Amino acid sequence: MSVIVRTISRVVAPVALAFGAYVIMHGHLTPGGGFQGGAVVASVVALLVVAFESGRWKKWKDVLLPLEDLGAMAFTILAFLGLGATFFRNILAGGGGLFGAPVPQLGPNPGALNTAGTLPLMNWAVGLKVIAGLGSVVILLSLFGREDG
Amino acid sequence: MGNMPFVVSMILVMVGFLTLITRRNLIKLAIGISIIEMGVNLFLVSLGYVKGGIAPIYTYAPPGAKEMVFPTPQALTLTAIVIGLATTALMLAFAVVIYRHRGTLDAEKIRELRG
Amino acid sequence: MLIHAPILAIAVPLLGAFSLLGLAYLSRTLRNIWACLISAFTSAMAVAVAIRAFTEGVVVYTLGAASPTESVTAGGFPIRIVLVVDGLGAFMGLIAALAGVVALVYYFQYLKEEEGKSLGLSLLLLLWAGILGLVYTGDLFNFFVFLEITSIAACALIGYRTWESRPPEAAFKTMAMYTLGGLLVLISVGILYGEYDALNIAYLSKAITGSLLDKLALGLLLGGLLMKAGAVPAHMWAPDAYGEAPATATIVLVANTQAAIYAILRVVFTLFGGALAAPGIGWLIASLGITTVLVAVLMAVVQRHLGRLVAYGAVSQLGYMLLAVGVGAVARGGFGEVALTGGIFHMINDAASVGLLFFVVGAVRRATGSVDLLSLGGLGHTLRWEAGFFLLGALALAGIPPLNGFASKFLIYESTFRASPILAALALLASILLLAVVVRAFQGAFLGPKVREASPAPRGMLVAMGILALVIVVFGLFPGFFIERIVSPAVQAVLTGREAYLAAVLGG
Repeated sequence: MSVIVRTISRVVAPVALAFGAYVIMHGHLTPGGGFQGGAVVASVVALLVVAFESGRWKKWKDVLLPLEDLGAMAFTILAFLGLGATFFRNILAGGGGLFGAPVPQLGPNPGALNTAGTLPLMNWAVGLKVIAGLGSVVILLSLFGREDG
Repeated sequence: MGNMPFVVSMILVMVGFLTLITRRNLIKLAIGISIIEMGVNLFLVSLGYVKGGIAPIYTYAPPGAKEMVFPTPQALTLTAIVIGLATTALMLAFAVVIYRHRGTLDAEKIRELRG
Repeated sequence: MLIHAPILAIAVPLLGAFSLLGLAYLSRTLRNIWACLISAFTSAMAVAVAIRAFTEGVVVYTLGAASPTESVTAGGFPIRIVLVVDGLGAFMGLIAALAGVVALVYYFQYLKEEEGKSLGLSLLLLLWAGILGLVYTGDLFNFFVFLEITSIAACALIGYRTWESRPPEAAFKTMAMYTLGGLLVLISVGILYGEYDALNIAYLSKAITGSLLDKLALGLLLGGLLMKAGAVPAHMWAPDAYGEAPATATIVLVANTQAAIYAILRVVFTLFGGALAAPGIGWLIASLGITTVLVAVLMAVVQRHLGRLVAYGAVSQLGYMLLAVGVGAVARGGFGEVALTGGIFHMINDAASVGLLFFVVGAVRRATGSVDLLSLGGLGHTLRWEAGFFLLGALALAGIPPLNGFASKFLIYESTFRASPILAALALLASILLLAVVVRAFQGAFLGPKVREASPAPRGMLVAMGILALVIVVFGLFPGFFIERIVSPAVQAVLTGREAYLAAVLGG
């Protein structure tokens, strides 16, 4: 791709990455969550794959595929944690520990990040899975057109 | 005017079906299915709209908030979008594989499985 | 532990599917042991759920609540996602457990490592989890999600042999049909949600009034599910899919198709069983069923690809099930009960006989590298066990006494005759034609002079075929025992279990 495209991608990529991370982290407070944030990050992967030659991304898929498994497993295990009561039971919410702070009253507030129990953790797991999954899909599809893919 | 989103979503579904019927390129078939998906998603998300309702975000809700838009259809739509993404990716992957084997994307020319 | 059995049956194979790939990086032996453990546990859970559902009645499991039975708020409005297992769901769970275990036993020696064994194993478990979820869920949207999980996993399995040119084509076709069917289901889920603000099947069933929109939703649901099941005129993907998928996956694909029949039963009898119980729906399904039978059998006559021939046989069996469901929906009691008994019993018989036939086709393909009837012949000299199993499966498929296919088909003919003699005559005729087709296939592939060398299947594959052969013979010899123990609760759940289903979920 041309210099213009590459330069702009260099500028946009970090910003988009940060935005994706924000969407994942705030998934339990504002619209967004694991999938949406993951899709934003994966779009960065797509941008980079298009802007720079795709051959060098080939080795990345070997890194991404285990990460995808890890994300999916983490999500399932978080759901299994609730088995003391029922599957998917939110055991951390309201517990006072990690993500267990009480929820503030209704009304405009900056949002209490330390709430919602296992939900943020699940968002992270899904985010990891979507970043890895969508990222490897993008990389694999871009490799398909090449002779060495 | 209240029914406009439903009309638009059904038009999208029809456009998608028309694409499926009239096109033979595998990529275009995948696009057609995506268009139908978008129509259905629009239908789902417009189900939850409440006139004058605010966005269902807990931290943004003003103290005197009366009506919120239903969040459930939005959750359903998101799930449907995720599923649609997976199916589209899989179909495109198969289209690419087929192209590698046969050198064409024309649905009529690639047909080996008949009868 | 056992109280969590319904969700464990879904979540454990899901966890297994993801963890297998990670384990495969470490050690293949470890991966194989893990897969065996996962499948043994999953089927044990499915059996445990079935025993509970058969003895104690409808099993309800609420996700994310403080206790598994806390599903509704005061006033009976459901707020959580529930799993509801009644007799029918438990029966389908048993079929899925049988199919999954047998497929896994067959799997280990069927695919080679370089063909991506871990990935296939993972997809198989994913498909299995999807089917179990589909038959256990009590929530309409989750139903759609599981439908799509099975679609994606199934299509990935169908197009598994990407190094050949035909499987990706079959997979693309199947994916298009499955996705369209899924979208029709999604539209009707949306319509029902818009009307009644709920997704819980029991609550919706109580609330549905039979308005025009409800009729539209019913039509879309049935259309989508019939597409998924592969009934005429949306059958063209089915023979491609069954014919091109790896043999080990086909039995799970058959179970997947039967899950669509389960869904039709659930929609017609439970969801719309109160307000829209018109016999017209039954006649529609029955006529589609008989058309499917006739078209599939006639198409099977002209096949020279052994896999596709068996695949058309499988589609025709699906037609018999639809016929039975339709007749059951016409009568709802009386001979309808006989029809449903036949149809539901035929599901497990069909899974066994069609699965066995596909396993033999897979073994033939593995031994000779070809499934073309014109180039095969005389395989009976070397593949003795396979020949015996093929004959057994073929006769069971055609419904020859004393095998299991006869028991269930006889019930279907008997009840169909009382609904409409013409339909019964056509069904019987198709069955005779099917017998001719499978006997010709047997003769063409296994009899005659020895044409080529073939190495017999490894022991693991033979064991898997043996299990299915055992099922065929035992179910054929003692149909009464099994009908009473496992089929009858399912039939009762369909016909009279709606109130119990609603009461179990909504309380009161």
